Parts: sequence; C-alpha cells; structure tokens
Amino acid sequence: MLKLASFMTRPAAKYLLIVLALVFPLIAKNEYQVYVMASAFIWAIAVYGLNIITGYCGQLNLAHGGFFALGAYTLGLLTADYGWSFWPAFVGALLMTAFIGFLVGVVSLRLKEHYFAIFTLCVGFIMYMLTDKWEELTHGPIGVRDIAAPHGFGIVDFTETTPFYYLVLAFLIFAIWFMGKLSRSLLGRTFMAIRNGDDLAQSLGINLMRNKTLAFVLSTTYAGMAGALYAGMVRFIGPEDGNILHTFDMITYLLVGGIGTLSGPLVGTVGIVWLTQSLQFLEEYRMILFGPLLVVLVIFFPRGIVGSFLGWLHRKTLDAGLPAAKKKESRIATGKEVENNA
Amino acid sequence: MNLFFQNIVNGLTLGSIYGLVALGLTLVYGILHIPNFAHGALYMVGAFMSYFFMVDLGVHYWIAMLGSAAVVAVLAILCERLVFHPLRNSPPIHDKIAAIGILLFLEAVVQMFWGADFRRMTSPFTGIMRFDGLIIPEQRALIIVGAIVLVIALQLFLRKTMTGATIIAMAQSREGAFLVGIDANRVAMMTFAISGMLAAFAATLYAPINLVYPAMGHVVIMKAFVIIILGGMGSIPGAIVGGMIIGFAEAFGGFYISSSYKDIIAFGLLVVILSVRPQGLFAKGAH
Repeated sequence: MLKLASFMTRPAAKYLLIVLALVFPLIAKNEYQVYVMASAFIWAIAVYGLNIITGYCGQLNLAHGGFFALGAYTLGLLTADYGWSFWPAFVGALLMTAFIGFLVGVVSLRLKEHYFAIFTLCVGFIMYMLTDKWEELTHGPIGVRDIAAPHGFGIVDFTETTPFYYLVLAFLIFAIWFMGKLSRSLLGRTFMAIRNGDDLAQSLGINLMRNKTLAFVLSTTYAGMAGALYAGMVRFIGPEDGNILHTFDMITYLLVGGIGTLSGPLVGTVGIVWLTQSLQFLEEYRMILFGPLLVVLVIFFPRGIVGSFLGWLHRKTLDAGLPAAKKKESRIATGKEVENNA
Repeated sequence: MNLFFQNIVNGLTLGSIYGLVALGLTLVYGILHIPNFAHGALYMVGAFMSYFFMVDLGVHYWIAMLGSAAVVAVLAILCERLVFHPLRNSPPIHDKIAAIGILLFLEAVVQMFWGADFRRMTSPFTGIMRFDGLIIPEQRALIIVGAIVLVIALQLFLRKTMTGATIIAMAQSREGAFLVGIDANRVAMMTFAISGMLAAFAATLYAPINLVYPAMGHVVIMKAFVIIILGGMGSIPGAIVGGMIIGFAEAFGGFYISSSYKDIIAFGLLVVILSVRPQGLFAKGAH
C-alpha cells in the first residue's frame, strides 16, 4: 500500500499518466467522452492559472472566470469578425489577457486580502457586464459564432474532437511542466514566501508588488490560454461563459484537488468534471452538493485530495523510515509546506 | 425639474436598499472580519421567503416581512455556528471560500424549489402619492421611510441596550471585550441574526418594485461590498453614506449617461476610487 502510494510521487507515475492520456481516445467508448475529457483539460489549464495566484501566492482572485472569457472573446472576435486565423488570434488572446491582467494587477494588488478579493470580484463582474452590454464589440447576448478552429495539416483536422483533444493535451502538459519548473524555482519560492506573510517576505528583501504582479499576469495568461482553447473547441461563445459561477467552479476544482499543490488542479478538475458527468441529474443542482462540499473541505480538509495524500505519505514514510522521503524531496517538500500553512 | 426630482426619489430608494444590505455586511465585518459573500444569498432567501409567505400561505405583507426576517435570522445564525465559528482560526482565504460555498448552496436550493424564473411580488402599497405635480410611488416612499426607521432602530439598539453595547464593544476591541467578560459566541450569533434580518427587510421592501429570482442577490451584494469599501469596512455611518452615494450615482448615471450600463457604474466608481486612493474614501489607514 505504502509502496504503491510512494510510487505515485515518482517521475514514472507522471509518464504513466501521459501514456494513459495519450491512449484515452482509443479506449473511450464514444466521441462524447473524448470531448468531455478535452473540456476537463481546458478547465484544468485555467485552474493551474488560479493556483499560481491563489494557491502559491495566496491572493484570492475572483476575476479568473472573467479572464477566461476575455481569452475566449479575444480569440472569437479576432477570428470571426476580423478574419484572423487561429494561431495569430491565439497569440493575440494570450497577449491581451496578459496586458489586461497587468493593468488590473497593478491596481488591484495594492490592496490586501479581503479588499483584493472584493476588487477582483467587481472586475470580473465588469467584464461579464461588458460582454453582455457592449453589443457593438461583443454582439451582446447573441454571442460570437463561426469561430475558427486551428488549420489542420495532412489528415489532421482540428474541427474534429480527437485531434483537438491532443492539441489540448499538449497545452496541458506544457502548462503543468511550466508550473512544475515554476514551483521549484526561486520565483515559485518567492510566491510562497508572499503567501506565508507579506511582512516577512518584504523583510527578506522581496519586492512584493513586482512579484505579485508577475504571479497575477502569469495566472491571467493561463486563463487566457484556456479561454482561447475553449473558444476554438466549442466555436460558439456567449456572455454566460464569463459568469462568476465559472470562477466559483474553478475554486471548487482547486480546493478539492489541493490548493497550492502541483497535481491538485488536475486531480480536482478531472475528478469533478467526470463526477458531474456521471451524475447527469446533478448538472443543474450540482451546487447543492458542491456548496456544502466547499465548506466541509475548508473546515476539515483544507489541503484537498493531493495535499492530504502528500501529508499522509510524508508521515508514513517518516514512520517507516523509507528512503523515499529523501529521494523525491521536492514533491514531498511541497506537501510539507502545504501542511505548515494549512 | 420634475425629472430631476424623480431621480432624487430613485436615488434615495436605491440608496436605502443598498444601505440596509451594506449595514448587515459591515456589522458582520466589524465583529468577525469576514467578508460574507453569502450575504447576497441571505438577501435573496429573504425575498423568496416573503414571496412564499404571501403567495403560498396568503398572509399579509407585513407579517410576511416579519416571518421572512425570522427565517433569515435563523439561517444566518446557522451559518455562523456551522461554518464561520469552526473557521475562526483559519487563514482568511478559507472564510471567503466557505462563504462562497454557502452562497452556491442557498442559490441551488432556492432554484430547486422555485425554479430560475423571474417572479413578481405584489404589495398592498401600489398607489401613487402626488405633491404639487411631483409623483412618488407609495412603495418607494415606504422603502425610504422603512430604511430610516430601521437605521434609527438599529442605532437605538446598539447605543441604548446592553446587548447592543456588547456588539459595539466587540467591534472596537476583541480582547477588551473578552476581558470584561463578553461572550464572543453570543455576540457573533446576534450580529449574524441582525445582519440577516436587515437583508430580509431590504429584500421584502425592494421586491415589489423589482423581480424575485435566484440570482437577484449577485448584483446587490457586490454593490454592498463596493459601499462598505467606500465607507470603510466595519463603519456603520460609512455604510449609510456609501449606500446613498452608490444609489444616487446609479439613479443619475442611469438617467444621464446610459441605462444599460447603470449596473456597471458602481463598480467603475470603485475601480476609479481604489486606483486613486487604495485606502478607500473615508478610511484612515491603508488596507
């Protein structure tokens, strides 16, 4: 049992997961399942973004869904109204979310804790209202149609589900890889220092504003990337894609998986998306379950599935005196840190 | 001139409602330092309870209002006991996420029972008062008078009764309140109950000139947050003044600038003000 558990923290488990994801379209029962998995991956990318600013840097950003919609709308409008093709528009969406993220970050990050959360809640709401009301630009409630998919090559046609699944998977792997690099780098440590205490971080010589802004821009760019991929896959977007409820969904995914952990966003997102899929009747009333779930999680398991698992594993390996604790220091160290800060 | 006066009435009406909701929010913040994102859901439940009492049980408007206030007060106490009390020593981010959990839960439950439809609630005050060519609908007058009465009643309660004084003491200094033997649990429950009642009153007053639907709390709660940031979090006069500022900005902005953007005005105002003065309009220290 313990061996199996410690295996999951090794690099081999990572490759096993990638192989599983690669063969998933072959073992899936139908195209719909592939589609659901692809959309789960897209949400997971966005949740990774939320994890940077909220999980690692400790600032609850409630405008994340707004930035997701911003990415989706930038791509959608550039391709549908201005005739751009997918990839330039995709880059445009990334730049746009990074730029707006920078502007919002510079203003909002001067505020602390509650004020930051409330301010970003308002920013998210302004974005939602603008997509609904600014009809000249966004088509208002009608939404944006005829969004271009990426150009295919050879027999690969990205308007089909399975090729798009692989595209999303590639971006997800990149997103997680980058996140892993980030969380082990000095910059990632800096973010965590800020989360653990503004004053302490500042006294260590950390420039709070610059680092927080960087974390914020990174997180909005992740959201923009996910939004752009979403627009390319669904190819129809409307104001409801920027609804605040999507931000709350993402917070749920993050918290269930494990806030401030590397694999938490993936575990939480894929797990909950499939849970809601398998309980179709829940689709509309899922919040009756998720609402209390959030409350119970923050009271009893604030570290989520992955955080609790790593904490458990860490205790067990210490008890058993297995060398695994030393071997994969970085991963378990994350678990330890989460434990300290929970 | 006439239109100008009409806008003043509208501004007062909106300001009264926002002020009442913001008062509850600021009281809870003053005592427990929780930004209660679920407050808008309590407001929404208040409207639905009044609707339920009036339409399904057929009771009078005033009784429905009292019944709804009682139900929401109990609900608010439950939130405090079951959710915020266990989280009192957690990092602040947990309170916020738990509050969001409550919000999602209450909305989903209401939607399960009543559906997502927009409903119209009636009130016995449908007439119109005329003064020398100036028109005031009775319900709007009732809202303004009701808000004034409630604010005065709250002030009297806080200043003149022992129980009210414990709330003020707790808001001023937590440790000081403990030292003189004030029961923190009792004060917290009381504050939540008052805040829930204010939300239910505001919702029942406003529902007849607005619509009742599960998402009705979203915009109101966000405006209430804007208000208490403007007025200083935890400040009672700040909530009332801030409520009026936002109410008037919306009434006049909606009329003279653009009615479809009127909901954005409050948030735009907040963004502008916080960009220039991160400490808010009236607050002293930085946040």
